[in-house]
Amino acid sequence: MTVSDSGRSATPASVSPHGADQAEAIKAIRLRHPWRNVVAVVLMAMLVLFVIDASQREAYGWENFGKYIFDMRISQAAGYTILLTVYSMIIAIILGVTLAVMRLSDNPVVKGIAWLYLWVFRGTPVYVQLVFWGLFATIYSTIDVGIPFTEPWLSVETNDLISVFWLAVIGLALNESAYMAEIVRAGILSVDKGQDEAATALGMSWLQTMTRVVIPQAMRIIIPPTGNEVISMLKTTSLVTAIPFSLELYGRSRDISVVIFDPIPLLLVASAWYLLFTSILMVGQYFLEKRFSRGVGQARPEKTGTETGVITLKTGVIETPGAASATDDSSTDPTGKEHQ
Amino acid sequence: MMNAAVSDVPMVHADRVSKSFGSNEVLKSISLSVPQGEVMCLVGPSGSGKSTFLRCINHLERVDAGRLSVDGVLVGYEERGDRLYELKPREAARQRRDIGMVFQRFNLFPHMTALENIIEAPIRVNKVKKEAAIAHGRELLAQVGLAEKEDAYPAHLSGGQQQRVAIARALAMKPKLMLFDEPTSALDPELVGEVLDVMKGLADSGMTMIVVTHEMGFAREVADQLVFMDGGVVVESGDPDEVLGNPQHQRTKAFLSKVL
Repeated sequence: MTVSDSGRSATPASVSPHGADQAEAIKAIRLRHPWRNVVAVVLMAMLVLFVIDASQREAYGWENFGKYIFDMRISQAAGYTILLTVYSMIIAIILGVTLAVMRLSDNPVVKGIAWLYLWVFRGTPVYVQLVFWGLFATIYSTIDVGIPFTEPWLSVETNDLISVFWLAVIGLALNESAYMAEIVRAGILSVDKGQDEAATALGMSWLQTMTRVVIPQAMRIIIPPTGNEVISMLKTTSLVTAIPFSLELYGRSRDISVVIFDPIPLLLVASAWYLLFTSILMVGQYFLEKRFSRGVGQARPEKTGTETGVITLKTGVIETPGAASATDDSSTDPTGKEHQ
Repeated sequence: MMNAAVSDVPMVHADRVSKSFGSNEVLKSISLSVPQGEVMCLVGPSGSGKSTFLRCINHLERVDAGRLSVDGVLVGYEERGDRLYELKPREAARQRRDIGMVFQRFNLFPHMTALENIIEAPIRVNKVKKEAAIAHGRELLAQVGLAEKEDAYPAHLSGGQQQRVAIARALAMKPKLMLFDEPTSALDPELVGEVLDVMKGLADSGMTMIVVTHEMGFAREVADQLVFMDGGVVVESGDPDEVLGNPQHQRTKAFLSKVL
């Protein structure tokens, strides 16, 4: 029996999945992709050759790699890298939200200052900024509190007040906050203006509207790029040698390598740790994105009728094709919330 | 549920209200009055200024000229001596609490369930206790026929259901005036009826309402007063049967011949 004469039913709408009149499954010869296979084999071969070669190559110094990968100083440095990342991201997010709100302000001065900040901190390389922060104590040798142009009430040596570690945090945070501000601003602008209007019409204040209505919805847009920024920040911490702060992963690896006259294995050690952290962050980001993109652009029926065979799980809904018909037009609206 | 003491002060009183966006004059000296407990329907072609007028009543837009007052209180301004002072955002927000507004596109908060949408403002703005707000919210959901949908998110409700939740959300603030900005224009035809039924019920309960609508049947049945606007001016107003059945102006006739 061929496909064509399988006897089409007169009523195609009535689907009988296991009915006798169902057409035979197509058993065609699959289209071959010979070049695809060739390329794959060549790439694999090159990779294997590279690995074999690298494992035997003297310069990589694998015995030193093995010796230092779990060295106490290295794992402590990894801790510093994490601390730098976390502290600077926290400050950057707070500053970024502030700057984003300032840029959306009606006050031209507030708006202008936020713009100026972004212009400076996005317009100069982070490495150069970090060098500047390293020279902070040279430029401002004391920090004075008091009325300008009069004798200060309090005068503190800058070096006593701010450690090199915190200069690094500040340097990274101020640079990052300029990027965070743009991410947050995009998130806020992505929220439908009607939301703001509805909240206002209900008598909610600006702050209530922001915190209860706009920001929760903006989060969906803000979270994924922020995850990228965290991963990016983790790697950018290696630039704080410019300050110079050298207790983090890259700086520490360099210091050790200078002592043992063998730079390459220590670079590999540092890279391995960076890769470990970014991998963990990437997994975390995957789950965050999944959580915050829930319901966006995909219609899920509220009713879980038994006949449609919808299985409701805690994390979402697995549905059979039949369930799609239970969805109505309006349910294509995005929703960021979980639905059980 | 009728107001026990219906005062003589009109709920909404507009005296030669004008509003421009740049050089575009959207409202040209609008004067009208809505007595307490009455329903006024605003009809007219799009761009005629109906929605803008509605938004002015809630101070979502600022009035440029004339006087607009709700329940005897000037909207958005305070008159001290012979000068007008613009209200602080907090005072404007206080005025809005007493005015419920329903939007064409519902504008429900998508990250909150139906019940959460309803109790949000009473709890945050009116500082109602959560339990009391929930109890009242459930009553309101029952009133709009959605008692079993309290845990549903807006995306899982039909347009008609969303709009009914939006009405319940506005009612939760116990407003003395309800504004409807084309509440059924974004709905599929078969869903229009359920929303209009809720609105009829509300009108019967004595709520003062201003409804911008294209539903002439609803206007004829429910409105105490029908106002036809075109080009930013009130062309004709009066008893809905009169205006719809026997329009005097050419522009009214032309419009009605298209929509009826």
